[in-house]
Amino acid sequence: MATTDISKSSPPLKDELDIVIPTIRNLDFLEMWRPFFQPYHLIIVQDGDPSKTIKVPEGFDYELYNRNDINKILGPKASCISFKDSACRCFGYMVSKKKYIFTIDDDCFVAKDPTGKEINALEQHIKNLLTPSTPFFFNTLYDPYREGADFVRGYPFSLREGAPTAVSHGLWLNIPDYDAPTQLVKPRERNTRFVDAVMTIPKGTLFPMCGMNLAFDRELIGPAMYFGLMGDGQPIGRYDDMWAGWCTKVICDHLGLGIKTGLPYIWHSKASNPFVNLKKEYKGIYWQEELIPFFQSATLSKDANTVQKCYLELSKQVKAKLGKVDDYFNKLADAMVTWIEAWDEMNPSAASSSGVPSGSAK
Amino acid sequence: MSEISINHDEVDIVIGALQLDLTSFMEEWKPVFSLFHLIIVQDPDLKGKLEIPAGFNYDLYTKSDIDGVVGLSSNAISFSGYSCRYFGYLMSHKKYIIAIDDDCIPAKDSAGNFVDAVAQHITNLSTPATPFFFNTLYDPFCKGTDFVRGYPFSLRSGVDCGLSCGLWLNLADLDAPTQALKPELRNTRYVDAVLTVPSRTMMPVSGINIAFNRELVGPALLPAFRLAKEGNLRWETVEDIWTGMCVKVVCDHLRLGVKSGLPYVWRKERGNAIESLKKEWEGVKLMEDIVPFFQSLRLSTSAATAEDCVSEIAAVVKEKLAPTNPVFARAAENMLEWVKLWKRVRTQ
Repeated sequence: MATTDISKSSPPLKDELDIVIPTIRNLDFLEMWRPFFQPYHLIIVQDGDPSKTIKVPEGFDYELYNRNDINKILGPKASCISFKDSACRCFGYMVSKKKYIFTIDDDCFVAKDPTGKEINALEQHIKNLLTPSTPFFFNTLYDPYREGADFVRGYPFSLREGAPTAVSHGLWLNIPDYDAPTQLVKPRERNTRFVDAVMTIPKGTLFPMCGMNLAFDRELIGPAMYFGLMGDGQPIGRYDDMWAGWCTKVICDHLGLGIKTGLPYIWHSKASNPFVNLKKEYKGIYWQEELIPFFQSATLSKDANTVQKCYLELSKQVKAKLGKVDDYFNKLADAMVTWIEAWDEMNPSAASSSGVPSGSAK
Repeated sequence: MSEISINHDEVDIVIGALQLDLTSFMEEWKPVFSLFHLIIVQDPDLKGKLEIPAGFNYDLYTKSDIDGVVGLSSNAISFSGYSCRYFGYLMSHKKYIIAIDDDCIPAKDSAGNFVDAVAQHITNLSTPATPFFFNTLYDPFCKGTDFVRGYPFSLRSGVDCGLSCGLWLNLADLDAPTQALKPELRNTRYVDAVLTVPSRTMMPVSGINIAFNRELVGPALLPAFRLAKEGNLRWETVEDIWTGMCVKVVCDHLRLGVKSGLPYVWRKERGNAIESLKKEWEGVKLMEDIVPFFQSLRLSTSAATAEDCVSEIAAVVKEKLAPTNPVFARAAENMLEWVKLWKRVRTQ
């Protein structure tokens, strides 16, 4: 069955990590994850109809927030939290009191590696976060801190300490994270390739961050993980994690933090309806063409030495440069500010700290 | 694993012979090498006659050929040791060149299948690269995969791939201090991916298992950087690392891609890391200057070809690095000599 962690020793970061799960349906998927997740505290963000009761399987320690709770806790600032979109999960990041977050979708299950062994995705994310990243120079043997790997010839020794890892981006077997047009053209394509690598995404390079299987260090980068205005009443959907990813990458690059991608894999079981997706993504596909150059050329000032300051600077740039693409970006820029205000209210000690946080590498 | 049909007339396999008996090396690669034209260049410092088994279509170049083309002046570029292969690049007329060290044999993938490194390199070179935005499912042009959600559509046609960097199982390309510290460390992990190294991201390009589009970047693969105590083990050189930085800068400037990952080769046990470390550590030290230099290097808009780019890089090396160490001054001179040589040979 499952790994040795639970039975033999204390699960890593047991009291320092929260698992944030957005859901609108049910949490049946947790049964399969039980051996890996049960030691950890869950934060369930219930989207959609707050009068519905979401049953959490027995034996899990959790807190659950529905829309009424979100409105009550944030008051008018609740406007920055999306409704009818899994973007609402970022509320969970905000109210967590832990150092690390792992977030996963409710249609993601335990995958198996090529030997048939079940993959403890959480354990791999923790390994990724607790070892340094190497954003300044590419290592051709991928993550040099993994067992059985190292830095290759030519890698300067002065760069071998690496940078603190802020984000660990996992991947998906079975249903790949394709956009609607690709889904329509290739409805049967499944990701069957297990790529046994973790790597750091180099500084200066953007990537599409998927929120299905993601972990991050809340203390290092939390405030940047705002998943934007999506869903009900918004002109766009399925760009929440993308938006957070681009903001997060620009800020990580500025603050000298690293982002890893690759292992762990989860098994993604549900292919969402491509026609529904197309409607949600439609504007995003066009806007993306403006957004990418915007983020690629975004620079932050030397004074921006905390994540909040970086994020607020970015929000000003969003308003100034993207407001003309569509009024949506004016609203989004405002929501970004609201998010930071709400974050600082919910996390007062973090707000008073300044300066670049020190590394998390142990 | 390659899906494309390979035009064998477009490919040269260049082998730098640092050992006399190439028999076992070539027999191991026979299923693949026998289908292509080979250029074998004997290290000019290696005395004796090469042993090459029958069944291959090849041209052989030795010291006298090299001297004949390059001349014997004191300015002449040295092609000894690992640099002998560059002479092979110079002599080739083909579109694609693949070069593999003579102490590497074919690898097996995780399923136990023979890895056709040549076919994989050609696949890498003849499918687009995606240097401007990272695809989290790696090479989107590989069968069974694609661009992920959030990848801008305008970037999905990709750009031409100039360079394909393969990897190594068993003896990985680690430097001497690392291997000396971990003498038992062997690379057993087969990572089933090819990816494009993003634009403006520098990397150590290993010459052990490499391929390139000669028409696009040929002049940028050059013999320039020679350490004082350069030796015949990869632990005793960084010439390929220097060259790789040049190629990456050139590719970034010309909007070409560089891929890294598959194919793997199996690198045989050879040499002693501690002995190499005692002999040569300067290369490791020099990387501290080399990396920041190349990371910040930007070429002018008028540099439109690989030759132009190399000349410009040489000029900046001369200006900025040469004053700090004679090895850089010599590298700059070699680079300029190489461009002259390349142009001369092309027009003959």
